[in-house]
Amino acid sequence: MYWNKKIETLKSGDLERLQTKRLKWSLNQALNIEFYRNLFREAGVSPDDIATLDDVTKLPFTHKADLRGGYPFGFCAVPMREVVRIHTTSGTTGKPTVVCYTRQDLGNWSELIARNMVMAGIGEDDIFQNSVNYGLFTGGLGFHYGAEEIGMTVIPSATGNTKRQIEMIEDFGVTVIHCTPSYALYLAEAAEEMGASLDTLKTGLFGAEPWSENMRRELESRLGVRAFDSYGLSEMYGPGVAFECPEHDGLHIWHDSYLVEIIDPKTGERLECGERGELVITPLVKEAMPIIRYRTGDITMLMEDGCACGRGQKIARITGRTDDMMVIRGINVFPSQIEHALLSLPGVGEQFMVYIDRIRHLDEMMIVVEIDRDVFSGELQDLARLQSEVAGAIRDALGIRTSVKLAEPGTLPRFEGKARRVVDRRGDL
Amino acid sequence: MEDAYIIKQISVFSENRPGRLAAIAGALKDGDVNIFAFSIAEADGFGVVRALVDAPEKAHRILTDQGFRVSYTEVIGVKMRDEPGGLYEIATVLGDAGINIEYAYAYSGRDAAVLILRVDHVRDAIKEILSRGGDLLEASAFT
Ligand SMILES: [Zn+2]
Repeated sequence: MYWNKKIETLKSGDLERLQTKRLKWSLNQALNIEFYRNLFREAGVSPDDIATLDDVTKLPFTHKADLRGGYPFGFCAVPMREVVRIHTTSGTTGKPTVVCYTRQDLGNWSELIARNMVMAGIGEDDIFQNSVNYGLFTGGLGFHYGAEEIGMTVIPSATGNTKRQIEMIEDFGVTVIHCTPSYALYLAEAAEEMGASLDTLKTGLFGAEPWSENMRRELESRLGVRAFDSYGLSEMYGPGVAFECPEHDGLHIWHDSYLVEIIDPKTGERLECGERGELVITPLVKEAMPIIRYRTGDITMLMEDGCACGRGQKIARITGRTDDMMVIRGINVFPSQIEHALLSLPGVGEQFMVYIDRIRHLDEMMIVVEIDRDVFSGELQDLARLQSEVAGAIRDALGIRTSVKLAEPGTLPRFEGKARRVVDRRGDL
Repeated sequence: MEDAYIIKQISVFSENRPGRLAAIAGALKDGDVNIFAFSIAEADGFGVVRALVDAPEKAHRILTDQGFRVSYTEVIGVKMRDEPGGLYEIATVLGDAGINIEYAYAYSGRDAAVLILRVDHVRDAIKEILSRGGDLLEASAFT
């Protein structure tokens, strides 16, 4: 089953012609952005130098830090009156990255989500529970509109209130659920405790954090679903960039909308099919925010062409990051972000540790702060205030709930070299 | 002179885990510091141990050397009349004067029960209590 068979199965020559045409359009669109005008001038290239797809290697990369530097609208290529929505994504320090969408962008995005869902065998007869964060996070609205595009029944259940989530699945006869894989396991456990069998569920769409084949087996057996891996990033609209087909062997990435390269993250050199490296994407249809050769930081590889489903070349499931980015409850977090938020707090100082654990399938962050001599007034309420200030700083900076433990002096590890104050103890998913 | 009634309490930060109180008490015992009264206030995962001792500076030094976070807190000690309404009386005196009691704990002194009070305005509290005929413990009673 296809949503848009012609485009989804477009083959070599036709695809390349379309990609080249769209690449040129994207480069010209990027010229509306001062950053790219300067970048191209410094690199001595212009969109006219790009005649073939391989010519894209003449262009410089765009890094996450570049986008952050453009806060808030430095990477918006259209007048604000054409921007119909804004999402944001967290950065390594302070300011988020802003992603703007034109009406056409939202249409493109919904189309990609619709392709993914139809590819997973979902159609207008399905009842879809979208159990991810709505709001600035792209996962909620992205899937919501894509699912409506197809015409299925959409339940914007968002996150939280697990008991209610389970009741809705049972009472509404939900057939498809979209959530993070860790929340799915939590949901499965809660359903088992409630004695809810979730019989109607048949398909699970899981994304926003990396998950393993072991996790797939567990999700499929406990929820009674076929599990599909979903990949995306806000800078490329959000989810929907690449998605598993029923073969469950790699993710189809939508080549008509994204030009894909795999590079050696150290040298920037292009890698061959089958070689693992960093995924670099140049969006081909993005109006409000065209980005050239974006370094995603995600590690994958291009797979051999020729999937049984007839669609284009796949990428392998993401196996890691080129940087130290972590995904906590579906939110991208860099250790430096956490440190930045804490170091700026009076009363915390240098002595803190951050632990990320997975407790009952959910990510939990715990911050341990050693009580400084200057901080201790002798009053309990001052300590309690410090505790809530720390939790508040993390919530404000990252949108993550955290527990805060206050520790006696000398109880935390001391570092001689570079301090590693953020410790991920979750192991593999 | 109100200052004579200001008692120096030591407050010690402690994690909520087994053995911490014993460690504090043990350190003071080894340093020959006598504890007259103490209380523990607990919050989420930690607590503050409050103690009245015969040598607060020495106690501060000993505990700090052991790695504890210690600070001084000014408190007052009110001798309680052994009759109903004693606590009510004191609370009323302070309440009328707009003085807030942050916490209180009791211990049995040599000749009367003593209520230790941490208030937001120590000197005003002393003045009020004395002027209303209350009986305050002098700090020298501990040394
Ligand atoms: Zn396929």
